[in-house]
Amino acid sequence: MLDLFLPPLVAGLAIAAAAGPLGCFLVWRRMAFFGDTLAHGALLGIALGSLANVEPALAILVTCVLLAAGLAWLSRGRDLGNDTLLGVLAHTALAFGVIAVTLVDGLRPSLLAWLFGDLLAVDGSDAAIIAIGAVLALGLLALAWRRLLAATVDDDIARVEGIDTARTRLLLVIALAIVVALSMQVVGLLLVTALLLVPAAAARRHARDPEPMAIIAALIGMVSVAGGMATSWFADVPAGPAIVAVAAVIFFVTRLLPARS
Amino acid sequence: MRLVTLTGVGLAYGGRQVLSGIDLALDSGHITTLVGPNGSGKTSLSRMVLGLLTPAQGRVERAGGLVTGYMPQKLAIDPTLPLSALRFVTLAGVDRRTALGALARTGASTLADAPVATLSGGEFQRVLLARAIVRKPQLLVLDEPAQGVDIAGQDALYGLVGELRDETGCGVLMVSHDLHLVMAESDSVVCINHHVCCSGTPDAVSAHPEFVALFGELKPVTRKPHVAVYTHHHDHEHELDGAVHVHGPHCAGKH
Repeated sequence: MLDLFLPPLVAGLAIAAAAGPLGCFLVWRRMAFFGDTLAHGALLGIALGSLANVEPALAILVTCVLLAAGLAWLSRGRDLGNDTLLGVLAHTALAFGVIAVTLVDGLRPSLLAWLFGDLLAVDGSDAAIIAIGAVLALGLLALAWRRLLAATVDDDIARVEGIDTARTRLLLVIALAIVVALSMQVVGLLLVTALLLVPAAAARRHARDPEPMAIIAALIGMVSVAGGMATSWFADVPAGPAIVAVAAVIFFVTRLLPARS
Repeated sequence: MRLVTLTGVGLAYGGRQVLSGIDLALDSGHITTLVGPNGSGKTSLSRMVLGLLTPAQGRVERAGGLVTGYMPQKLAIDPTLPLSALRFVTLAGVDRRTALGALARTGASTLADAPVATLSGGEFQRVLLARAIVRKPQLLVLDEPAQGVDIAGQDALYGLVGELRDETGCGVLMVSHDLHLVMAESDSVVCINHHVCCSGTPDAVSAHPEFVALFGELKPVTRKPHVAVYTHHHDHEHELDGAVHVHGPHCAGKH
């Protein structure tokens, strides 16, 4: 039983550890929609990757980075808000993604697994890839942490202090794209945003500085993964939604507790 | 030492020429106050000095390795981001000790652990100034730093900036739309309204015909060491017996 359970658990914990701090940036930058856009783009990536015979994770990564570049280009216009642009991009990617998936032989049956994830099907080598990817994303984030935070607080001051804020933003997008690509198997594309946002939102009231908030978010995510997998095992429900459900319960409990600051 | 030189700088937004033919030189140890009405291009000009904006015409030359400190007009920190004043200052890439030193220098030591979202206008300014000076800049750019602060707060802030200049010998570019209160320590005042209207010492600028045409007559009177207060140009006087004397062309000898 342990060798059946261990790979999914490792994969889930690794993703949650990276998703917590990254989700904090989505909350701080008011980019919650961005998680959805990347997740929907991931579906398009899977289909295109299958057509071009490329590894799905790599195809998702490339599609997500292209979507981010598309957003950067569209937002130069300033006559439409970022929320609108993200919504347009997300649904464009979803529509073309679903069309592409139905056109590709053999992808249609696994559509449900891509939508909600299939964590218990993760084997040892999948878990290793997911863990390495999560460490890579966390490493990128750690490397750029201070610059990214400075650019989030005030872009102008950060630039005056010599930070290339455009490059820093690109780094954040790449780290996010890695985590979204890897999360597909864990919670599926419909719940990726939840794994990014819910732990971060739950952590907000109990931190006075950014770093504790990021760490608390990672811990809440990891507890949710463990709790969700246990629920999935004992109640025989799908693991992805169970993980998000546990995170959601934690979120509502934290709203009832008195705030620290 | 010359820090930044702007030569024939111009800028256009959506086909509208915002600035044209600006020459400006900033030197170390020198406080330059930039005044002009709202929409005159002051902020754009300060952003070009900082390198945040590239001019459409002309040249901006900055001394090699120039370290700049910037205090923006306003800064809204999203309440979703928990951030203490100390962490805000360490975001400049300095250690805690250095950041605490800067907060102490601007009189904000007691605020170190306070969440920035809870600070008052005057408190937040001291924290912003601490962030601006923490990297020991050779040039300090302050964009309307006294906005939303009462006169006492403004006086304290200007006093602090004057002291910092004396201590570190940094150059200061101070942007202000408030012509009634400018820094008394200003070595030169540059008045702009899309172009340089006039420049020179505070006294020379306030007497310049273009300045008078823009803002009316300004008589700086040093009430406190750091703030020069605008006084009205009176058109009448109350005489000792209570009668009102209106100044006119025929009141020779009454002044």
